[in-house]
Amino acid sequence: MNMRVLRNLLILSFIGFGAVAAWAHEFKAGDLEIVHPWARATLKGSDVADGFMKIINHGSTPDRLLSVTVEFAKAGQIHDMKMEGDVMKMQELTGGLEIPAGATVELKPKSLHLMFVGVNQELVPDMMMDGELTFEKAGKVKIEFMIEPAGTGHSMDNM
Amino acid sequence: MTKRIIPVLVVLVAVTAAALGYLYLNQNGSGPAAVPIGGPIRLTDQDGKPFDSASLDGKPYTVFFGFTHCPDACPTTLSEIARTEDEIGAPAKDLTTLFVTVDPERDTPAVLKEYISNFGGNTVALSGTPEQVAEVAKAYRVFYKKVPTSDGGYTMDHTAVLYLMNREGKFQDVIAYSEEHDRYVAKIKKLLEE
Repeated sequence: MNMRVLRNLLILSFIGFGAVAAWAHEFKAGDLEIVHPWARATLKGSDVADGFMKIINHGSTPDRLLSVTVEFAKAGQIHDMKMEGDVMKMQELTGGLEIPAGATVELKPKSLHLMFVGVNQELVPDMMMDGELTFEKAGKVKIEFMIEPAGTGHSMDNM
Repeated sequence: MTKRIIPVLVVLVAVTAAALGYLYLNQNGSGPAAVPIGGPIRLTDQDGKPFDSASLDGKPYTVFFGFTHCPDACPTTLSEIARTEDEIGAPAKDLTTLFVTVDPERDTPAVLKEYISNFGGNTVALSGTPEQVAEVAKAYRVFYKKVPTSDGGYTMDHTAVLYLMNREGKFQDVIAYSEEHDRYVAKIKKLLEE
């Protein structure tokens, strides 16, 4: 292999790495754009995991996230977390989560999030796990959750 | 007229005295710790053995109330403490963290043992009967409540504060859930130095 080929290969591989690093995966359904769904790796002794993503509504009518299902857990729920003084309060949004027209709703740590209960397998960082979101108007959307390390509270967006 | 003024004066003098007394006491009190926080912790550790906070006599400790089905505050806090201990190094060997479950029904010693193994750090995980846990939570002014979820299970609302107790077992400070890592290091260093 001569130096030129080697150099070109190196350049190609750098481009490849760059593309992977910049790859915040996303999904589209009608007017909705779902950016970088991720879930936290499971911890030993715990069968819950939480999930996050950004949902952008490019349309002129509101939509509503009604439910989430995943293969890796018994149930997926939409939760809101609020601090009242020093008390952390959880609330399940059984009526779903509105995505107003033209708005971006961010599910993120210490805030709105998905809660997976009865997680039935170990979730390890970098795994991609299938899931499905159901919206009132956009219907069912198949997505993938990227698993990120537990106990960090930071998504790629914050890095 | 004078007869009517006397009781008014008596009331005024009493109110003034009370106000002055209040100010005086407040000046000499130790700030926000007017209400005592903390107390003896006698629960069961992750190995199923009895634990008494008196065994930590002379050493500082931190106390956090949480549960293993906790998605965010508990793993974040326990990871922060482990990271802080690593960063401080040798002096942190004196420090113990007590992780007290507010969900003793699900968090048995065995579950807790597995759970704290995720984080490292010198942590003792404690459970007990619901009454024993309630008693300790009360001493620390901790609020917790079950919140039912649609799958038939529940999650918990709970006070997400890390309590810092000094070498005499007295309340020194708290680290709130919103505080960043450098605050952990600064406050825990201070706790170890005193």
